[in-house]
Amino acid sequence: MSTVHIPFLQTGTLAVGGRLLREDDRSVQSHADRPSSLTRGHRACQGCAEALAARWVMDTAVDAADGKLIVANATGCLEVFSTLYPESAWKPPWIHSVFANAAAVATGIASSLHAQGKDDVRVLAQGGDGGTVDIGLAAVSGMFERNDDVLYVCYDNQGYMNTGVQRSSATPASARTATTPAVGHQPGAPVGQGKSMPKIAMAHEIPYVATATVADLRDLESKVRTAMSIHGARYLHVLVPCPLGWGASSAESIALSRAAVQSGIFAVIEARAGELTEVQRIRELAPVEDYLRPQQRFAHLFKPGGEDALDRWRQLAQANIRRYDLLGGTP
Amino acid sequence: MREVLEGSQAVARTVARCRPGVICAYPISPQTHIVEALSVMARTGELTDCEYVNVESEFSAMSVSIGASAAGSRAYTATASQGLLYMAEAVFNASGMGLPIVMTVANRAIGAPINIWNDQSDALAMRDAGWLQLYAADNQEAADLHIIAFAVAEELGIPAMVCMDGFVLTHASDVVDLATAEQIDGFLPPFRAQQVLDVENPTTIGTMAGPESFTETKYLQHLRFLDAAEVIDRWSTAFRESFGRQTGGLVARYDPDSLDRNNLAPPGDATDVTVIAMGSVLGTLQAALVPLRAAGVSVRLLGISSFRPFPELALREALGECRDVIVIDRALELGAGGVLTGNVGRALAGTRSRIHSVVAGLGGRPILEASLRDVVARERAGQLGRLEFLDLKTGGVPVPPVGATEVAR
Repeated sequence: MSTVHIPFLQTGTLAVGGRLLREDDRSVQSHADRPSSLTRGHRACQGCAEALAARWVMDTAVDAADGKLIVANATGCLEVFSTLYPESAWKPPWIHSVFANAAAVATGIASSLHAQGKDDVRVLAQGGDGGTVDIGLAAVSGMFERNDDVLYVCYDNQGYMNTGVQRSSATPASARTATTPAVGHQPGAPVGQGKSMPKIAMAHEIPYVATATVADLRDLESKVRTAMSIHGARYLHVLVPCPLGWGASSAESIALSRAAVQSGIFAVIEARAGELTEVQRIRELAPVEDYLRPQQRFAHLFKPGGEDALDRWRQLAQANIRRYDLLGGTP
Repeated sequence: MREVLEGSQAVARTVARCRPGVICAYPISPQTHIVEALSVMARTGELTDCEYVNVESEFSAMSVSIGASAAGSRAYTATASQGLLYMAEAVFNASGMGLPIVMTVANRAIGAPINIWNDQSDALAMRDAGWLQLYAADNQEAADLHIIAFAVAEELGIPAMVCMDGFVLTHASDVVDLATAEQIDGFLPPFRAQQVLDVENPTTIGTMAGPESFTETKYLQHLRFLDAAEVIDRWSTAFRESFGRQTGGLVARYDPDSLDRNNLAPPGDATDVTVIAMGSVLGTLQAALVPLRAAGVSVRLLGISSFRPFPELALREALGECRDVIVIDRALELGAGGVLTGNVGRALAGTRSRIHSVVAGLGGRPILEASLRDVVARERAGQLGRLEFLDLKTGGVPVPPVGATEVAR
């Protein structure tokens, strides 16, 4: 695949690509000839963590596949902001069909490639939480269950942001969305636990399941590389803060991702064949408020009457910490 | 070689000989025997270089077909009824993206009330989906149409449904002469796609088109569809020359004397009344009309072989000066009338034709020869309404008596 040389604006830090590391250890992004699979000029919002995550995921996958990668995309923000005719921000061959079928379209591509003997070409499917945990769940589950040779990546921003921030089943309880307004005696989403697709994926006992955030892009890259080294159905779940939908500053997407991990709200894990194999420990335990307070969708938690909901968040973080041993020390 | 085969077996063997790259299967009656037979061939090695995928829904069956076709494979699936509706969103999407998928629809009624038996409500509900719709009159045509469907679909970049009446054809055994793999290899070009997901030449498929370009996109799709009539006609003629039998085409002009489809009548002879129908009921009509012809009734038979594109010009030519038309319709547009009738009416607009619509055989109700002869006789006597339901039972059930059932628009 040809590469387009674009101004290389990110320099110097470990976080953006490891230019201080040995050449072999540096991230794909640290190289001037990085694939830039999702090119600049697309229409994502400022601070969109999905765009950031998608670029890292795609560049790593393209690199790992030696440039031979085909992508199937579900309907959603990522599709809309990247492919408004007659423009496309995607450099790999890329297809969007409908909302619920990215996993099945990817299966079709993988089947076709296998039938043609093109087993060196790899397939990646991607979608948001709506296209994955809600409307697309059956197709994703079918692809998992058949162990089709597809890496499926879910960029989870916990709601239907593209259509104007409505609740999805990945929306956590108490979050304000356009269909769960922060009014009445139980403001925000009255039900829900943020349907855990990683746990559902693990229940399918597929070869590889991992979670990641944009707060640790090297970790994200490493997980994509691990996933690409394996054949069969693989699932990667990336938490991607949405400045618009979460009501947070565009500058806070990374900080919110880090707070989600350090408070125990979002567990960063790896699993193989249904067994948990790696857990990223919390470096310094942060209060859940670090994650919740900067987000307008949780503003009502910090007003009179919000204590119960806030307490449920603390319980959720504690449960995650226990379940995944996020603080370490459990034998 | 002539042999006795179930319709589904005939279709499955022919599809396999068309060398599909990816086959998707999800069970729904009455198409199940087709994908069952293909699954055996995929295991025994009769189907080579082919991936057979069992999916979890019809929606995924069409979606896998979309991915396979876009990646450069000849893709095939089969469905019916509720399954076709369940995949509807992806059905429209496949045609919008110009992917030449071929799908067998084993025509079946749509619930509620749930009903597994034959009529043509399912495929006809998809009439605006942008797919070619070719209808088989018998098992021989059902098998042969798949060869033509792949050829036409891939030349045009338009997906194609081959519609065959559920049970009446899919589960009925009949004498067929299947095209051999060698014959098909000599007739059907290798798969070619309008656009392919290729790592050497990356392309983006399925972009968003705004108000500034959507109309033009659809207009171009429409123009391509208009080309389809000529392309179907050309491939059907080529098929007749290669295989020596009449299959597909646009309008089947049954010979007025023998009422034989293989003995094409010239267009536009002067008959008093023409019966128009689609699918396996054409066989029943053949049998029903022969005695009427023998008794001196000036009646002839036209079969709609291609419902999409609808052959307006070919139909007008075939009808010639005949103004009295009876359409036997296997699907009902509630509150309006027969679906086929509506399309015939549009084709004949401005010709002063008198069109009678007879809705027949809904949900598998048998269509009897005697009932069809009665329809023609009543038309000749000036007693046939504009819209009637064949053999509507009015005794013992709360249905208004015959006469009150004619619907004025």
